[in-house]
Amino acid sequence: MIGVALRGLAGRKLRSALTAIAIILGVAMVSGTYVLTDTIDKAFNQIFQDSYANTDAVVSGKGADINFEGSQSVAPPVDAGILDEIKKLPDVEAATGSVSDLTATKILGKDGKAVNTNGAPSFGFGIDPSESQFNPLKLVEGQWPQGENEVVMDAGTADEQGYAIGDKVKIATLQPVQEFTLVGLAQYGDVGSLGTTTFAVFDIPTAQKLLDREGQYDAISVAAKDGVTPEQLAQQIAPTLPENAQVRTGEQQADKDLETVEFTKFIRYFLLAFAGIALFVGAFVIFNTLSITVAQRTREFATLRTIGASRRQLLWSVILESFVIGLFASLVGLFAGLGLAVGLNSLFKALDLDLPTAGIVFSTRTIVVSMLVGIVVTVVAGLFPAIRATRVPPIAAVREGAELPKSRLAPLVPYIALVVIGLAVALLGISLFKDDLGTAERLLSIAGGVLLLFVGVAMVSKHLVRPLAAIVGWPATKIGGAAGRLAKGNSMRNPQRTASTAAALMIGIALVTFVAVLANGMKASNRGAIEDQVQAQYIVTATDGFSPFVAGAGDAIAKAPEAEDVSPVRSELAEIDGDGGYLTGIDPTTIPLVYTFEGIDDPKAVLNGLGADGTIVAKDFADDHDLKVGSPIKVTSADGKDALLEVKGIYEPPPFYPILGAASIPIDTFDRLYERPRNQYVFVNAPGDPAKTEAALEQAVADFPDAKVQTREAWITAQDQDFNDFLSMLYVLLALSVIVSLFGMVNTLILSVFERTRELGMLRAIGMTRRQTRRMIRHESIVTALIGAALGLPLGIFLALLVTRALSQFDVRFQVPGGQLLLFAVISIVVGILAAIAPARRAAKLNVLRALQYE
Amino acid sequence: MESSTATAAVRPPGALEGTAVAVKDVTRVYGSGETAVEALRGVSLDVAGGELVSIMGPSGSGKSTLMHIMAGLDKPTGGEVEIAGTAVSKLNDTELTKLRRRNVGFVFQFFNLLPMLTAEENVTLPLQLAGGKLDKEWVADVIERVGLTDRKTHRPAELSGGQQQRVAIARALVSRPTVVFADEPTGNLDSKSGHEILAALREAVQVYGQTTVMVTHDPGAACIADRTLFIADGLIVRQMQAANPHDLLGVLEEITTR
Repeated sequence: MIGVALRGLAGRKLRSALTAIAIILGVAMVSGTYVLTDTIDKAFNQIFQDSYANTDAVVSGKGADINFEGSQSVAPPVDAGILDEIKKLPDVEAATGSVSDLTATKILGKDGKAVNTNGAPSFGFGIDPSESQFNPLKLVEGQWPQGENEVVMDAGTADEQGYAIGDKVKIATLQPVQEFTLVGLAQYGDVGSLGTTTFAVFDIPTAQKLLDREGQYDAISVAAKDGVTPEQLAQQIAPTLPENAQVRTGEQQADKDLETVEFTKFIRYFLLAFAGIALFVGAFVIFNTLSITVAQRTREFATLRTIGASRRQLLWSVILESFVIGLFASLVGLFAGLGLAVGLNSLFKALDLDLPTAGIVFSTRTIVVSMLVGIVVTVVAGLFPAIRATRVPPIAAVREGAELPKSRLAPLVPYIALVVIGLAVALLGISLFKDDLGTAERLLSIAGGVLLLFVGVAMVSKHLVRPLAAIVGWPATKIGGAAGRLAKGNSMRNPQRTASTAAALMIGIALVTFVAVLANGMKASNRGAIEDQVQAQYIVTATDGFSPFVAGAGDAIAKAPEAEDVSPVRSELAEIDGDGGYLTGIDPTTIPLVYTFEGIDDPKAVLNGLGADGTIVAKDFADDHDLKVGSPIKVTSADGKDALLEVKGIYEPPPFYPILGAASIPIDTFDRLYERPRNQYVFVNAPGDPAKTEAALEQAVADFPDAKVQTREAWITAQDQDFNDFLSMLYVLLALSVIVSLFGMVNTLILSVFERTRELGMLRAIGMTRRQTRRMIRHESIVTALIGAALGLPLGIFLALLVTRALSQFDVRFQVPGGQLLLFAVISIVVGILAAIAPARRAAKLNVLRALQYE
Repeated sequence: MESSTATAAVRPPGALEGTAVAVKDVTRVYGSGETAVEALRGVSLDVAGGELVSIMGPSGSGKSTLMHIMAGLDKPTGGEVEIAGTAVSKLNDTELTKLRRRNVGFVFQFFNLLPMLTAEENVTLPLQLAGGKLDKEWVADVIERVGLTDRKTHRPAELSGGQQQRVAIARALVSRPTVVFADEPTGNLDSKSGHEILAALREAVQVYGQTTVMVTHDPGAACIADRTLFIADGLIVRQMQAANPHDLLGVLEEITTR
């Protein structure tokens, strides 16, 4: 029987291969995701572990250790004098100090603009090359920098910007732009590309000066004498340190550093979610294809029954078929994933989100998970068709045109479907509106609810095929003439088949619609939130629009004669009343001219009354912490400094996008808490002629290449663009599942053509031209695709509406982007046309005579 | 199943004692209420071991229904069929499957071979489905008997209709069933191939003592039988012992016009 099943598959190569494609793409996505994220992880691991390869202990500053919404606070520097103390310890073999700053060092391209790292670090290092054992960097070319005019940069950036050794390179730091001579190129261990990350290396005194760390080190690396464990070394160092410093073993420090790159985990789950969607759609396609082939093989199964095959044997033979298809597809997908990983990487690159990469990592876990997922999905999807095969009665062997008997459950299907949909909506309701759910539980139940919803709708869709086909098939009958009318009829003659084929496309369309509608609402909310808060004509931000930038830029612009009101806003991580969050520093006199504190009657009075230790807090933070006007709160900066504040005002920023942090304090107080405070924004009012004014403001910050001047409208539009970029990426990822459903349609059509061979021969015999034959198949395909769209669009809108309601506390608006949805309908038509190409050609090629004799 | 000693491979005619298939007052009604159709209205017959019985009748007479019920493919509305002493209508699906493996062979009008298997693989399939050891000598003997020794590695698509039907006969014989049912075995063949098929069926009865029931509307086919039953309107109306085609045709015309 095994032989029969395998031979059967071999005899239906094309069909089996087409079926396999449905699952190959999903598996490729799984394996590609793992390969990509493993490769990134490996690069980071190398960076951090190599960094501490010869380091037994690391001394760094101690500040509030804050991890808030994915941002990790950076430990402050320590006093350089500690190094001498450590060197005196008995178990210390060697020790050296180094400077490293994550954000301030901006390398300028040849065009004079700062290289945009898009949120990735732009390191500035001060390294003592004589202590090479502690140096995580490897010189690729040239030499280490010496003196205040020399610099080494990472080979990747030099390559990208076209810099060579000997070139003059402009670099901005906490000081205005200066020119340096490039004397060497370096990289992190064996890690060739750091993605968009850049670094510039100076000698230690230069780095200390440029990065405002005179007499300080960011880290002191210590090596132990032989026979001393890192733990022992750390224990010996600890008591000698002042209160604002701490010691970790090299390993602990590497782990700590790795926490800053937790985002690869997010990327992994994010991409796996799309792999899951593609697999889910693939399951639909497999279910449908196997159902059709099982139906077409009724006579074969019946014959097998008459010659002694038991139901169990038939069941296992069909399950074996899906197992083999799954095995083959998973193998192909596994290796296709290697290629896809490269594709995914370029997708991120296209969005300027380059990720660091080392050698490709192809781990056992990738192989096991990809194979398992592919096989299990295929077998599960093939289970129902396999059970149907066992229901073929032996007598079907002697009947002409025998059809599969109806499933015993058939009459119950609509009711089951309604129960499934009800369950789905209930699950979605609970997950979206119940407050006390963990993120993981919430996401899982949303996913479960959405999947159930799709399954439920697919189950009832059989009953929607006729009415929908009557509507979406109308143009076909007008355009396609007789062929169009036949096409419409064909799409209705087996509603179950049309329904399951369309359902696969429905899923893709629904999800695309969902993200389009949701993103559109978010764009509207974002604009509303900014317009409600920010009244400034101009906004100065970092080039990437969201990173903090040097405070000096704000001072520079304040000196511009065109600028009337200039209000810098600082922002850093802090521990506020016991919780991590953003602390903002505002200028109480200028801020009311550019920012509206909603919910405060007379903001000017409140701001004037702030004094040195007053703070204005956001209402949701105040509610969470039971704060009232007059309450005392304590803040601890990431640099480890404390302040005791008094709440002077509580305001209600728009929940979607509060511009200011949980607590805002006068800028002077803020600057006391942070050694190197940075601006998040500088808001500027400058009346004059807009064209001239903007140019003048830009001129004013010319020495700060990381600062970008924009009008408020341009700033909002740039953020819209960010949404659009992200949306494009989602579209690309969802396209995968649309492609899977396209193959499903090809499959169904080819099987239908095969099934209707005799009928097609008859049509050709009575005068249908090849062209008309092709047109008939094409229109049938388009009608099926449009049914998918007609189901998917409303479903997507419904899901978006549901999520919008669930996010109402964030004021996410609900706005349907009509044009875009129309575009999706057009795309479905294109999918229909594409799917029909091969089947239509096949149908047109039929030899009339042979088709008529076909049995 | 018979003893598996080598000598049992060839079974002289009549070796199976007594009745192979017994049909007792079988009725079959399709549909219900006003649209009900009585396909069989009380049919009884015995097929003796080693006998070749053909069933003739005009189309719609109920001959196919009778064969389907005799073979356990369809259930009678009333009455009972016994194959090798086992009452068929009381069996569940598993027991029926076992009965088919042990006691029943089929030859179909449209051959019903599996296109992806070779001739030999098609022949041995029933044995493989049933499990157990393959008696290679016996398989070779059966294939030789139907004259396909030089065609056994061919696939159905590479064989003529007659050759395909001979594969089907070998497949029916290979499990040494109590009875082989042949449903219009020549219906889809030209007359020369048809003759070959009939000869092969007759030979199986002669050499192996293979009990066979054949449904046909072709007097030229029915004439190879030891006994021919005529069915009209759901009843057995006539019975003839070994007769020539001419006489059979006469009776068939007589009952058709009646």
